Amino acid sequence: MQKLLLLGDEAIAQGAIDAGLSGVYAYPGTPSTEITEYIQASREAKERNIRSNWSANEKTAMESAIGMSYAGKKALVCMKHVGLNVAADAFVNAAITGANGGLVVLSADDPSMHSSQNEQDSRFYGKFAMIPVLEPSNQQEAYDMTRYAFALSEKFGTPVLIRVTTRLAHSRAGVQRVEVLDQNDLHLPSNLKQFVLLPSIARKQYNQLLGKQARFEADALTSGYNQLIEKDNHKLGIIACGLAYNYLIENFEDHQVPYPVLKVGQYPVPHDLVRKLYDQVDEILVLEDGYPLFEELLKGYLNNGKKIMGRLDGSIPMAGELNPNIVAHAMGIPVNVGHQNPTVIQGRPPSLCDGCSHTDSFLALNEALRNFSSGRVFSDIGCYTLSALKPLESINSCVDMGASITMAIGAADAGLVPSVASIGDSTFTHSGMTGLLDAVNNNSPIVVVILDNSTTGMTGGQQSSALGKIDTICLGLGVHPDHIKIITPLRRNHEENVKVITDELNYQGVSVIIARRECIQTLGRRMKLKAMQKMESNN
Amino acid sequence: MKKDIILAGVGGQGILTIATVIGTAALMEGLQLKQAEVHGMSQRGGDVQSHLRLSSKPIASDLIPEGKADLVISVEPMESLRYIIMMNKETGWLITSMNPFINMSNYPSLEELLAEIWNLPRNVTIDAEKVAKELGTVKAANIVVLGAASPYLEIKFDNLEKAIESIFAEKGNDMIQLNLKALRAGRELADKRG
Ligand SMILES: Cc1ncc(C[n+]2csc(CCOP(=O)(O)OP(=O)(O)O)c2C)c(N)n1
Ligand code: SF4
Repeated sequence: MQKLLLLGDEAIAQGAIDAGLSGVYAYPGTPSTEITEYIQASREAKERNIRSNWSANEKTAMESAIGMSYAGKKALVCMKHVGLNVAADAFVNAAITGANGGLVVLSADDPSMHSSQNEQDSRFYGKFAMIPVLEPSNQQEAYDMTRYAFALSEKFGTPVLIRVTTRLAHSRAGVQRVEVLDQNDLHLPSNLKQFVLLPSIARKQYNQLLGKQARFEADALTSGYNQLIEKDNHKLGIIACGLAYNYLIENFEDHQVPYPVLKVGQYPVPHDLVRKLYDQVDEILVLEDGYPLFEELLKGYLNNGKKIMGRLDGSIPMAGELNPNIVAHAMGIPVNVGHQNPTVIQGRPPSLCDGCSHTDSFLALNEALRNFSSGRVFSDIGCYTLSALKPLESINSCVDMGASITMAIGAADAGLVPSVASIGDSTFTHSGMTGLLDAVNNNSPIVVVILDNSTTGMTGGQQSSALGKIDTICLGLGVHPDHIKIITPLRRNHEENVKVITDELNYQGVSVIIARRECIQTLGRRMKLKAMQKMESNN
Repeated sequence: MKKDIILAGVGGQGILTIATVIGTAALMEGLQLKQAEVHGMSQRGGDVQSHLRLSSKPIASDLIPEGKADLVISVEPMESLRYIIMMNKETGWLITSMNPFINMSNYPSLEELLAEIWNLPRNVTIDAEKVAKELGTVKAANIVVLGAASPYLEIKFDNLEKAIESIFAEKGNDMIQLNLKALRAGRELADKRG
């Protein structure tokens, strides 16, 4: 087969399809979105009946995948790193139940926070759950490791975590495919109580998981994904995890590093390999994207051994993703300097599209709030978070998905009345509904503005789970029908919309204002598709 | 052969299309390539860049090391300057359109920006939008810029043409012809410069 030019994300998707995947479960999130999108668009996946619809959030995705694994088939769950926080309960407990059909969890980290609230390192979750973690260093490995992850999962009856970072997820290179494996047949676990985590059973299961640890490490020694590359110069030894290996070899002629290097791609990292490296060198440099997870392990609390360099001793900055020059600096290798950037350059922060419905919603909200003291709009994550910036400067919080409504409840309880929550439609069904139930049960004096642009805008316009359902969801959760208002955020409706919001701000209970107008990007794509379909049917 | 290229612009200006055309042509020549793209948040009208690395030997890092880029190709003048820190000071070329994309209140004066660009030892500036408009749509400005950059790529021009034919195939013959014209017009501008 010819090589395919694939993003890291696409390599994972193709790797999963070729490994005999039966279903992918995911909620969009940069930089993981393209995995599921690739499977959704893949003709092979369609022919093979691989299910790939978006889930409402990462927890529902994780749980559905556990269900598919229970039924004996191979399931992939994809999310961005903070999505793993949402899925954590299911994720950590899946390590205790173990897997039946291959269960692979993919978490895409975003060091340097290109599109995220933090740069948490998913490898900690793998260690926390005590399951094997794979970390590819290039697109080919991303493909190969995905296949290997399913094999590993079924061999040991455990979920396996794959960790990638933005740089690999969104970088393209050639990938060689191998033969496509069949999907599994439906087959339930031989022990039908395996997934019943009653304490008496969970204790047994947990002991089994503990018992597997040595085998996980033994596998990491033989799989080929951890390699000790021996060299003659023993002044320094280098441990390079995932992508860091590329940044290291980039600095040497023909990629020949004069020092021994332990290239890490599978955790737990085998003690044997680490000891072998440690014993032969004077000092150690640890290169890893994300937190200093392995460096800390190696160093221990007291650092009584050899000198260990990395993020903790300042050889490498604590925050941000690695690159070739950061590695060069840490090793004292001289680097090229480019032209100095002139001072005329100004920052160009992202902004709402011209004609975005959110702009009209926030212009109306800003005006309705003019007679109140400022600082009372709790918001959420999506395109609309850009309303924090100039010129709108409408919102005062963005913490995690769903936090707008619940933070407004707490602030109102503390006396900030009225408090306002603004939340997108996809975020609302991701994690806002339970908060709204709390507000109803609490009769909180809050106004919830649901910014319904009928899509998941921020991540590129994926189908929103909320589509066509928001009004009835709010009614069902117990919001009084008189206080569910629907407005159309358009310039020409401005006065009317301000009045609706003002009236609800004066109401001492839960109000929901649904600001409904489709995202213009999604609308544009939909119209294009329609025109194309029309053209085809005319032909 | 080794070419490290930074592509720069504003979200939505089509720098990924430039990358795809160069990448496809590079594959025809049997080169290896890595291409780091920007997706997500910054696509929303913010600054975007892509690292495109071509080589006849294996490529290690997905990112070009600072100070080592052979080319900065940009569809926006201020954005071109944002990456000159990445450029090789001794040998690097900057090729940019001189059409500002103003979606911010503090956009600097174009004269100042052009002065900085012309101050660089090796630069090419073109009015890509004017050329694209004459061909029928400003949307093809990105391909005009690619045409102007083509003499510096060390990739055969007809492979770039073939790449455009294959990439725009599903959009119909009109789109192919438009983009081929844009590519050739950009190339002419660069050749005229001498
Ligand atoms: C737990 C978690 N999952 C996913 C994301 C990525 N993410 C940020 S905003 C967003 C979509 C928001 O869609 P919506 O609420 O409809 O707002 P819009 O962008 O359309 O305005 C997603 C998926 C995240 N930040 N956190
Ligand atoms: S993508 Fe849609 S929701 Fe996001 S800013 Fe643009 S128009 Fe608004």
